[in-house]
Amino acid sequence: MPRLAKRLGRLFGLDTEVHAIGFDPEVSFDPHRGQYSSRGLLAELLQDRPHAYRILGVTSVDLYMPVLSFVFGEAQLKGRAAIVSIHRLRGEVYGLRPNRRALESRLAKEAIHELGHTFGLLHCLENRCVMSRSTYVEDIDIKSDRFCGDCSAALRAFE
Amino acid sequence: MESKAGRILIVDDEFSVRDSLYNWFVKDNYDVVAVEDGESALHAIVDNSFDVALLDIKMPGMDGMELQRRLQKAAPELLVIMITAFASVETAVVAMKHGAFDYVTKPIDPDELSHLVKRAVEKRRLVQENVQLRRRLDDIASADILVGESPPMKNVVDLIHQVADTDATVLIRGESGTGKELIARAIHANSSRRYFPIVPVNSGALPESLLESELFGHEKGAFTGAHYRRKGKLEMANGGTLFLDEIGTIGAKTQVDLLRVLESKELTRLGGSRAVHVDFRVVCATNADLEQLVSEGAFREDLYYRINVFAIDVPPLRDRRSDIPLLAKHFCSTLAMQMDKRIGGISAGAMEALMAHDWPGNVRELANAIERAMVVGRNSLIDVADLPFLGKKEQAAFGRGQTLAEVEMQHINRVLSEDTWNISRAARDLGIDRATLYAKIRKYKLHKPDALVSHRPSL
Repeated sequence: MPRLAKRLGRLFGLDTEVHAIGFDPEVSFDPHRGQYSSRGLLAELLQDRPHAYRILGVTSVDLYMPVLSFVFGEAQLKGRAAIVSIHRLRGEVYGLRPNRRALESRLAKEAIHELGHTFGLLHCLENRCVMSRSTYVEDIDIKSDRFCGDCSAALRAFE
Repeated sequence: MESKAGRILIVDDEFSVRDSLYNWFVKDNYDVVAVEDGESALHAIVDNSFDVALLDIKMPGMDGMELQRRLQKAAPELLVIMITAFASVETAVVAMKHGAFDYVTKPIDPDELSHLVKRAVEKRRLVQENVQLRRRLDDIASADILVGESPPMKNVVDLIHQVADTDATVLIRGESGTGKELIARAIHANSSRRYFPIVPVNSGALPESLLESELFGHEKGAFTGAHYRRKGKLEMANGGTLFLDEIGTIGAKTQVDLLRVLESKELTRLGGSRAVHVDFRVVCATNADLEQLVSEGAFREDLYYRINVFAIDVPPLRDRRSDIPLLAKHFCSTLAMQMDKRIGGISAGAMEALMAHDWPGNVRELANAIERAMVVGRNSLIDVADLPFLGKKEQAAFGRGQTLAEVEMQHINRVLSEDTWNISRAARDLGIDRATLYAKIRKYKLHKPDALVSHRPSL
């Protein structure tokens, strides 16, 4: 985690802190689905740290959005909070052997992606850009962990 | 920022659904409006046009099914996607029978939803484009592409309107250059086949063997030089109109084959064995006397009766001289724009000359004459001088029964009077020297009219 924090801090030019947060499962858990609502968890994050410039939650539970079957993560567009789940980034979920490096790489990309949304970036059509939409793990593996030219420019413009 | 990927309307009574979908689609660069019930949805489409609407089937009050029907009625071009829980798939299918584009079951695979919406937007765009293109074709059909106010032309226009919308075979008869192809195009543009092609075939231009290949197409290897399969013009005209120009020139074998296609609505490519079904409307044109050709045996009688269903006789230009000024001015202004020349019209003298000419080449000849005049013209109006080949009106007076001497005498007399008996000028215009001219005047005993004689003051 500290490694991730440092990396993100460098990328976005911000100071970072790492904290462990406990949350109330009752609020966001949907027993039928066995998943947690990403929206619900975002709300809890915001409540927990009202003064932070940006909050990124990293969790091991599976996330969902109403209507959709799952999401890797979610973020408030131009907002403060983002959340990423490592649940579906793990090889074991797909019947493969655990691969720590792949996991870390995927987590980093999704974290950057969701934080990108908080800075106003939309999904990019350039499929190697980190802002391109990834529905499946393969998509995450294909894309890079960098912003393409257009997205970088948009990011700079936001700040 | 590039333009939006599309406009989506989301209708669901649950806030979390609206909120999530809204954010999800916004991140994909769509314009999104999310409302909580049917009433709001119907309001939303009044002021905004959407490409796609996502409706939840189960909603309190107006449910998704009813809303879908009402939305489609209010906005038929809107594509509706129903969101349903597994249990209500049957209802979703019913919605599709009522015109919904598709349905998705919760929870949806994000990729599937994304692709579905993209497909829907794409379809909408294509339909919109199609509507626009059709409107443009309709505009072309209604514009008057035939110029002419004379009674014979008005009659032709009437006939066109009478026959255009039927599928009847039309035979256009008229001299060459009278605009037979234009008439064929006008018939096509006013028919129900206007959105399909009109395929012209100039039968007169090709030798019979090539004409066969041109009309029927050929399979690969059908004959030497047939390296690939090629669709014939008859096939290309499928759905539309076939225009056979100079049908009188078609050879005997082609006549037989053509007749067979017209009767059976099926054709086989050269060297092929498979019959292809074709459906097109036939318009033929000829400047020949078909009846004569039939009696000579050069044109098949059964084919003649097949094509002579509805005849439009196009008058030659000399039978509708009152149209000449209209046509001439039309060509003049069109060409002035194309050639970027400031020639605004036609002088009275030039118009007189145009009216007097017989125009064996009809409208095409007139168009050529005007074009040539536009090229050489140097004034703001086309002048007689720009139409030299038409000659002076009096030249038409040269008939038979005149000796060369009489012709010469009349000509010299005319030129002298036009040049007001200025000997030098007249000699130059006649292309002879003054001495010769004086000799001719003596020979033919020509007199200068008294009016032109200057009276020297008597000394």
